[in-house]
Amino acid sequence: MKLKRHLQYILLLFDSVISSAAMAETPTASMLANTCAGCHGTNGSSVGPASPTIAGISRDYFIETMEAYKNAKRPSTIMTRIAKGYTKQEIELMAGFFSRQKFIRYDQQYDASKVKVGKKLHKKYCQKCHEDGGRSAEDDAGILAGQWEPYLRYSMEDFTSGDRTMEKKMKKKMDLLKKSQGDKGVDALIHFYSSQK
Amino acid sequence: MSNIDRRSFLTLASGAAIATALGYPMVSFGAGKRVVVVGGGIGGATAAKYIRMADPSIEVTIVEPKKTYHTCFLSNEILGGNRDFKTIQFGYNGLKKRGINVIHEIAIDIDPVAKNVTLKGGKKLAYDACIVSPGISFKWDAIEGYDAKVAQSLPHAWQAGPQTVLLRDQIRAMPDGGNVLIVAPPNPFRCPPGPYERASQIAWYLKNNKPKSKIFILDNKKKFSKQKLFQAGWQRHYGFNTDKSMIEWISGDAGGKVKRVDAKAMIAEADVDFKGDVINVIPPQQAGKIAFTGDLVDKKGWCPVKQNSFESTRHADIYVVGDASIAAPLPKSGYAANSEAKVCAAAVLAKLNGKGTPVPSYVNTCYSLMTPEDGMSVAMVYRFDSKKGKIIKIKGSGGLTPDKASAQMRKREVAYAHSWFNNITHDTFN
Repeated sequence: MKLKRHLQYILLLFDSVISSAAMAETPTASMLANTCAGCHGTNGSSVGPASPTIAGISRDYFIETMEAYKNAKRPSTIMTRIAKGYTKQEIELMAGFFSRQKFIRYDQQYDASKVKVGKKLHKKYCQKCHEDGGRSAEDDAGILAGQWEPYLRYSMEDFTSGDRTMEKKMKKKMDLLKKSQGDKGVDALIHFYSSQK
Repeated sequence: MSNIDRRSFLTLASGAAIATALGYPMVSFGAGKRVVVVGGGIGGATAAKYIRMADPSIEVTIVEPKKTYHTCFLSNEILGGNRDFKTIQFGYNGLKKRGINVIHEIAIDIDPVAKNVTLKGGKKLAYDACIVSPGISFKWDAIEGYDAKVAQSLPHAWQAGPQTVLLRDQIRAMPDGGNVLIVAPPNPFRCPPGPYERASQIAWYLKNNKPKSKIFILDNKKKFSKQKLFQAGWQRHYGFNTDKSMIEWISGDAGGKVKRVDAKAMIAEADVDFKGDVINVIPPQQAGKIAFTGDLVDKKGWCPVKQNSFESTRHADIYVVGDASIAAPLPKSGYAANSEAKVCAAAVLAKLNGKGTPVPSYVNTCYSLMTPEDGMSVAMVYRFDSKKGKIIKIKGSGGLTPDKASAQMRKREVAYAHSWFNNITHDTFN
């Protein structure tokens, strides 16, 4: 993983060289990213209750997500409309900005007994990609630990309905989880992730 | 290390590092530059915070008479019984913690030559850059019989606070079967979808508490913001387009232009007289008062600015953000004020450091809530067209909640509206 991180920094440096030469009319990363704060919080840490924190996000996952919104491959209320306002280069700049911010976690309500179940299910089904209890942004997975509960719930609703496509690995694990635990298992996972400080 | 002690040197050094990381222009050490912000609403508070966040060596002072700010956005939810009044109140401690000076006084003049702001008490504050965020004021002479005094009994509730409570309590006290009149203003005005969200929220309260009552929107205009979506929502929830409709919209064409109000007889006079049990008059608007005394307005009463920096075209080193500025196609909204303030902050920082104006980026997002489970939004991404010298919409971006959005998606819009409220106020005041 370390090697990958180093590579990312090198790419990032490379990016900034290209971008400063390429277009004088492109805003800086902070100029672009500051416009997101109205919904996602200052520097990308949301105070809730529903809009997700995007601080600390994996650079690649951010880019992939924005491209998916842009091409209507991922459902959303408003992001499909907003993502269309940015070029590939601008999205990359914002991705760099938010990936360097600290994810600030706020207290949420949760059910302690569900958290306990969720913790076990996480280890069994999710840990392999969502490392470190869902805290890690490596492997380009979304950060789940401390993410806002309604957002996690909406995401699972969209995966379940098929409106949002799961990666093969995830689908396989989700099918297994649902088969053995049903919707209660998903609910327990959501409680586990949103309880994490 | 001259006058700077070790601790403040470290603060400055880390501030500069943060500023560079944030992409703001490099900071000159110990600059000691002074920025005076007139008006501590969304535009002013955001500009102050983002300047200070990028460069703590700049002395930032906000001049704001009120100790508590009330957000206008989502204050309609209070009328619907869906929000507690206390939740729209914000103080200035968060900004003070960032080292911003807050002076609770009225600014009465700005001298663009001597570069200072005069306070009512006589004190003068010198500035290198002055950011004015005066909000709106009302054209009291526009509707006969309606002035600041009458507004104490027929509330406008278009500057939130005691006016919001007054309107809420009047609706609470109204008999079942009564009429609420909303007199909607001509363009341009603060919060274009606001009067229609207000009608929706009042309808929600009436439907649940006084179902025989009616709301008449007497409009100066032929059409309004998010019209199709509002009317579809009213159809879903409030019987719109049926003979039992709780909301009637009377457009300017159809005789909705109100020329006179009679507070004693409780009548709004349009082509015909409308009798109301509660009359909410939202008067025609212009920039806030200090924009007039500071010579920052055009003939129409709004402030022309260079749209990539928000520097006044009338006076150098004075900037105008928020509802008072002419920033169309950006609307006069809270989100736009917050976004404009950040563009302005970056421009001020650049100028104080002898750099050119940065390339700006702006966003607007406005939510309107028709019931506690049915919301919608409009959004747009904007850029500055340097050839035209104007803000332009990015083609293909933004727009409204789709007509066909599912009930599930409209419910999510409500949750995201509440998230937006919490985040924008946190981004502005903390």
